[in-house]
Amino acid sequence: MTATTGQPAQAAARASDVWKVYGSGEAQVIALRGVSAEFERGRFTAIMGPSGSGKSTLMHCLAGLDTVTRGTVHVGDTTVTGLGDAGLTKLRRDKVGFIFQQFNLLPTLTAKENILLPLSIAGRKPDPAWYDVVIDTVGLRDRLDHRPAQLSGGQQQRVACARALVARPEVIFADEPTGNLDSRSGAEVLNFLRNSVREHGQTIVMVTHDPTAAAYADRVVFLADGQIVSELIEPTADTVLDTMKKLDTPAEVAG
Amino acid sequence: MFRATLKSLLARKVRLVLSGLAVVLGVMFVSGAFVLTDTLGRSFDSLFADAYAEVDVNVAAKPKLEIGEMEGEQLIGPFPASTVETVRAVNGVAEATGVVSADGARLIGSNGKAVTSFGPPQLGGNWTGESDLVRLQEGRAPQADNEIVINKGLATAGKVALGDQVGVLTLEPRKDFTIVGIFGYSGDRDSLGGANEVMFTTPVAQQLMLGEPDVYNSVVVSAADGVTDDQLRDAVAAAVGDNYVVKTGEQLSADAAAGLKEGLAFFNRILLGFAAVALLVGTFLILNTFSIIVAQRTRELALLRAVGASGKQIIGSVVLEAIAIGLIASVFGLAAGIGIGALLAYLFSNLAGGMALAGIAVPASAVIGAFGVGLVITVLAALLPALRAARIPPIAAMQDVATPDRPLTKITIAGAVVTAIGATLLFVGLGGYAGSRTLMTILGGVLFAFIGVALLTPLISRPVVALLGAVFAGWVPGKLGRLNSGRNPRRTAITAAALMVGIALVTGITVILDSAKSSISGLVQDTVQAELVIAGAQNGPRPPSFDPAVLDQTKAIPGVRLVDGQYGDMALVGDERTWVGAVTEPAAMRQIYGAKATAGDIDRLAPGQMLISSDAAEARGLSVGATLPVQLARGDAQTYTVTGIYESSPIFGPVILPADAARNFSVTQPIQAFIQLEPGTGVADVQSRVEALLVDSPEVSVADRDAFIEEQTGQLDSLLTMIQILLALAIVIAVLGIINTLALSVLERTRELGLLRAIGLRRSQTMGMITVEAVVISVFGALLGVAVGSGLGAAVVEALRDEGINKLVLPWGQMGVFLGLAAIIGVIAAVLPAIRAARINVLGAIAHD
Repeated sequence: MTATTGQPAQAAARASDVWKVYGSGEAQVIALRGVSAEFERGRFTAIMGPSGSGKSTLMHCLAGLDTVTRGTVHVGDTTVTGLGDAGLTKLRRDKVGFIFQQFNLLPTLTAKENILLPLSIAGRKPDPAWYDVVIDTVGLRDRLDHRPAQLSGGQQQRVACARALVARPEVIFADEPTGNLDSRSGAEVLNFLRNSVREHGQTIVMVTHDPTAAAYADRVVFLADGQIVSELIEPTADTVLDTMKKLDTPAEVAG
Repeated sequence: MFRATLKSLLARKVRLVLSGLAVVLGVMFVSGAFVLTDTLGRSFDSLFADAYAEVDVNVAAKPKLEIGEMEGEQLIGPFPASTVETVRAVNGVAEATGVVSADGARLIGSNGKAVTSFGPPQLGGNWTGESDLVRLQEGRAPQADNEIVINKGLATAGKVALGDQVGVLTLEPRKDFTIVGIFGYSGDRDSLGGANEVMFTTPVAQQLMLGEPDVYNSVVVSAADGVTDDQLRDAVAAAVGDNYVVKTGEQLSADAAAGLKEGLAFFNRILLGFAAVALLVGTFLILNTFSIIVAQRTRELALLRAVGASGKQIIGSVVLEAIAIGLIASVFGLAAGIGIGALLAYLFSNLAGGMALAGIAVPASAVIGAFGVGLVITVLAALLPALRAARIPPIAAMQDVATPDRPLTKITIAGAVVTAIGATLLFVGLGGYAGSRTLMTILGGVLFAFIGVALLTPLISRPVVALLGAVFAGWVPGKLGRLNSGRNPRRTAITAAALMVGIALVTGITVILDSAKSSISGLVQDTVQAELVIAGAQNGPRPPSFDPAVLDQTKAIPGVRLVDGQYGDMALVGDERTWVGAVTEPAAMRQIYGAKATAGDIDRLAPGQMLISSDAAEARGLSVGATLPVQLARGDAQTYTVTGIYESSPIFGPVILPADAARNFSVTQPIQAFIQLEPGTGVADVQSRVEALLVDSPEVSVADRDAFIEEQTGQLDSLLTMIQILLALAIVIAVLGIINTLALSVLERTRELGLLRAIGLRRSQTMGMITVEAVVISVFGALLGVAVGSGLGAAVVEALRDEGINKLVLPWGQMGVFLGLAAIIGVIAAVLPAIRAARINVLGAIAHD
């Protein structure tokens, strides 16, 4: 089963017949069964599915955090599959940005230092104009010298978003970015992610199980049982919910 | 989840092993010391039991002067040969043999140098024939006056063989003999406990070893059939009278062994002292480990509280864990201690010329010491964390475990108080106000000072760590590492404090010894007006000595203005045992040594006259004209009159006698001489002529003043090296502490490390980050140690000002080395945690909940 939109050259990330198997023998668990998917540049894609569907595994494989058992993964023009640690580190440093559910900021650094951390690790200077744009978009200018402990959850997640954005990666992977936030802070973060796609052409792939969050995306890919089972373009919370309901009833799974 | 639990348990096991290791090392030192002294003690017992096996009863003259084991060899005085006849006539005596045996027979080896034994005596005596103990391996008994037999061990050490002509130094200057026999001892031994023996014919032995013809210094008596040793002893004692000491062979060997054991006990105390240092450092480490474990188990402990466990039960569970660790560590420490003790005993016996070792056994003291120390230290160190664990509120089980940084106010106040107590104790101890408890007071002061500074460390750590980290400011991993090391000031502080203790002690001792060295050499340089000095290195209890004829011959060399030969020995002056010196040239007091008279005349010294120092005069209430009896190692007590008092100085002892007194010293030859030249005389020229005079006195050499000072103070350097080696153990334990702290940091920050890796931190950068954290902690510890050590050293030097240590020398170079060493230690300690951090599975780390 494939879900392809647009030309391959435009894909920011691509999975081709990706299998992921954990364990062996009786304890064998197949997390992904031949998933092929492309994620276009400048679009906001959500990956949805019930828990255990393999959505997080797919994202981890796409981001080079996990290896695939079979198949290949590309990010931009880089073939992720087969890269060693040094190659993966370089990939993560230069082409990929992350936003996690648990904000994952370094408590010892200020907000500003956290935002600039990937660039300083890579030894690169931020583009001052873009840095200003990012800071203003996330609305953190007056909080830059605060440490994470002095920020609210929503503010911390916005710092994490800014950190992902400031390096202008090929693609940003967001793993349940609103999972730990109240609905208002969550909406702020999602708006902000959507704006960065619409206004600045950023590519974002987001894993979520929240239909409301998925509705902010341009496109939703549904996974069940390690396979892509459905897809929605320009989704709304209702259409997402409907699709989800169908997935929960295996008999009605659309081929 | 199960995997995570297993992992954390495993990680904790590693940490427990690391902190347990600190206890193991400390316990090892304690039990090793006991095993060593026990084994050597029993070896001495059997050695002397062998040596005196054929002695039923032994008769010796009462010593003129009791000499302790740490002061030198006891001189057994001579008695007339007629005593042997008296003993032989006693009923129940089967045989009585007059024996000459005294320390101080130095054979000159094939390399022209006197053979030294480094501790065991170098006996010279009369050959009384073969026995069950002594057997000739080659040659025959000495018959002519120029013939000797020597033991095999001595022949090997001196590289001499049967038929060789060799020189022997005794009470008299070098005399040459032919080796006509080489003997060994029962059990195929070449020497008894490393002692060297030269056996002469009886008249020669009497003259050379006892200084008089027709005298002996013991009678070996064997009992007739049916007479017990005790009966024989009493009968002989009654016959010879009160001036003799009569002992059975058994008593004799027990007494001889007891003397050596006294020395061993001293050695034991030194080892235990170092064990105490190691354990102090270990305590810091265990305290830290348990604090960490408790902090990590906060949720679990809170849950226990929530389901009804009492605070006491929580304390109990932590303490139980400590007991388990203490027990296991004690077992391993004891085992390691037995190994180390056995190894050291083996090394010692080899050093002592292959002394037969008694079997290694584990004395009760070692077991009690090991378990007592291991358990008490561990439980004590775990107590504080246990109390903290009991205070965890049940609600903590429901909340995210955010351990807020507790304020440092309390700990800082406690630290200030403890430091103040330490400083006060040091002041009292060093100021000499503590009387007989001075040493205890000083040690207590040092201990309190260490603990106090350790408590203050968290407060100091912030600014200092920030300053240290500034070095790495330009490098991102370095900056992250520095920030991490400042993150938990208590943990950083206690880890650094453990390193501080070792470094502070080494620094302090270096300050004291360097100051002493510089003060002494400064004093000699400023006051002693001698261009050349005759002296030798002391390698045992007996000082090196030389032919007194060299003094007059030197004086005759053109250009020599003054020569002063010096003798020295312990003596009983009045009723006080003290070191006395004797000089051949009283004029030298003023002209060479710059002495100042405070009363009387110090330029002349006739027989029966003595000079004393102003301190001695004050302490004993003596003034010029006072008379008091002086008992030397030989001869009877004589009355001396004080004719002059000189201003006290570290250069002089308290009492100076005329040269003629030296014939009754235990070493009757001069041990040092100072030579003053006429202005304009070539030093090198005179030096080579004196060298030629000393050809038959190989124990000493002539050196210019600077070389002499160098040689004298060089002994302090080797002392320093030994102390540094022993304290290295404390530093090793501290390194374990750093590894422990880092391993934990890595574990605690798994998620953070995963994040950093996820956003592009390379493996090498990750390792760099951990390494910087370690280096910052260890350099911080070393800085503290250097500072505290300099302070303690300076305090001691200040207190010793009156003893003539008037220069404070701070060993900047050494301190720099310590700091550099600390940086290296940090790098080493970081290796394993850094590898672990670099290997963290990025996905596992960020997904881990």
